[in-house]
Amino acid sequence: MKKKILSLALIAVCMLGLVACGSGSASGDSDAAFTTVNKGVLTMATNAYFPPYEYYEGSEVVGIDAEIAKAVADKLGLTLKIEDMEFDSIITAVSAGKADMGLAGMTVTEERKQNVNFSDTYATGVQVVIVPEGSDIKTVDDLQGKKIGVQLATTGDIYCCDDFGTENVEEYNKGNDAVMALLSGKIDAVVIDNEPAKSYVAVNPGLVILDTEYVTEEYAAALNKENTALLEAVNGALAELKADGTLDAIIQKYIPAN
Amino acid sequence: MNGFIDKFTLDFITDDRWKFITKGLGVTLEVTALALIFGVIIGLIVGIIRCAHDQQSENERRGVRGAVLNFLNLICRIYVTVIRGTPVLVQLLIMYFIILVSAQSKVVVAVVTFSVNSGAYVAEIFRGGIMSIDKGQMEAGRSLGLNYVQTMIYTIIPQAMKACLPALANEMIALLKETSICGYIGLNELTRGGDIIRGTTFDALLPLFAVALIYLGFVMLLTWLISLLERRLRKSDNR
Repeated sequence: MKKKILSLALIAVCMLGLVACGSGSASGDSDAAFTTVNKGVLTMATNAYFPPYEYYEGSEVVGIDAEIAKAVADKLGLTLKIEDMEFDSIITAVSAGKADMGLAGMTVTEERKQNVNFSDTYATGVQVVIVPEGSDIKTVDDLQGKKIGVQLATTGDIYCCDDFGTENVEEYNKGNDAVMALLSGKIDAVVIDNEPAKSYVAVNPGLVILDTEYVTEEYAAALNKENTALLEAVNGALAELKADGTLDAIIQKYIPAN
Repeated sequence: MNGFIDKFTLDFITDDRWKFITKGLGVTLEVTALALIFGVIIGLIVGIIRCAHDQQSENERRGVRGAVLNFLNLICRIYVTVIRGTPVLVQLLIMYFIILVSAQSKVVVAVVTFSVNSGAYVAEIFRGGIMSIDKGQMEAGRSLGLNYVQTMIYTIIPQAMKACLPALANEMIALLKETSICGYIGLNELTRGGDIIRGTTFDALLPLFAVALIYLGFVMLLTWLISLLERRLRKSDNR
């Protein structure tokens, strides 16, 4: 009830101070079977601190997800627009209709499924542990009782909170922030996806990745629950990209050892 | 020293990373300037309604005009209470994810949020300013044949403006710095520009200090401009 009053009051206030809120309404294309937030544009929500899946190169967001999204958009005859935001905002942005597709090395989980639909998986990820060289943490079990840094709302965050207790988990907005905290000794280890972990370790001497893997999982694109037509279209495009080898080529380009 | 130059090059020169700062600064100034203008307009309207209501005589309260003012005053009070009583970050997120879902531009969302937010504070500043002007000023204006609105525009508001300028400057400075939360909705303003560099280069020191210095510079500039204005307004004081 309180929430209702507050939002009503805010709406009233909003109207009171009505400033040109150019509201381009959510539009649909009557010819195509699916609709997007902006006509003719595939808006992708991501968190661009996750190399090699998405990261900044100059002022452009590039990476595996960015290229896959570009390929999917091309297949569907749309232009791609990438929106960089906090990781924990991506699902909200998709379900609130601010973006068409969340593509951010995101793992399929039951909780997330309640808010969005997931496409077919396009890549596998592994949660690994980053520690400073010479750390006494040798296996995942050694993390018990240590301060672990994770990125807020990632699966690493969820697993660590379940396995080691929330009081031992420090949640950062970006994976990079967790790594920086590890470098300055604020935390003992960082749990994050394998590929970004490799990139982080590559640019930060003195850090190593534990050989033991923590959890293996599958990445997929998140789409609005209402928009099943777009989900099918994206799945169709992904299947085609898989079949003609484009998907492998993109992943190969960024992860040569694969 | 070489270490510093290397870091500086990595943070700002490589890949033209300084552009994150300059572009972000542009967005910050754009949001601040627009929010300031709309905020002052909203604040002025709300402030005047609140004062007009509070300064009525007993007789006026009973008429139709009094009833309308009562209603408007109630709305204004709810507005000020709700906006001042909730964090601007929460307002920004509500605006972005719930109220202005269909707005395409994040700048619009930010400007609307900060205008509405700033308006509530400015309203109270103006109310204080207007209330501080002696009742005799209004009476003098009215007895010279000016109507309420004219007296307000030509006599009361100019004096009130002068009285509340320092408080208004405070609000402007706060507004400029508060826009740094726009990164939460993914708007690439100054702070986020520094953040993106920090996220790419793993260097916290230089990007953060660069951003801090730029804010400081602009706040000092703003303070200086306001002091010029204050000096100009004081010319008529025969003290």
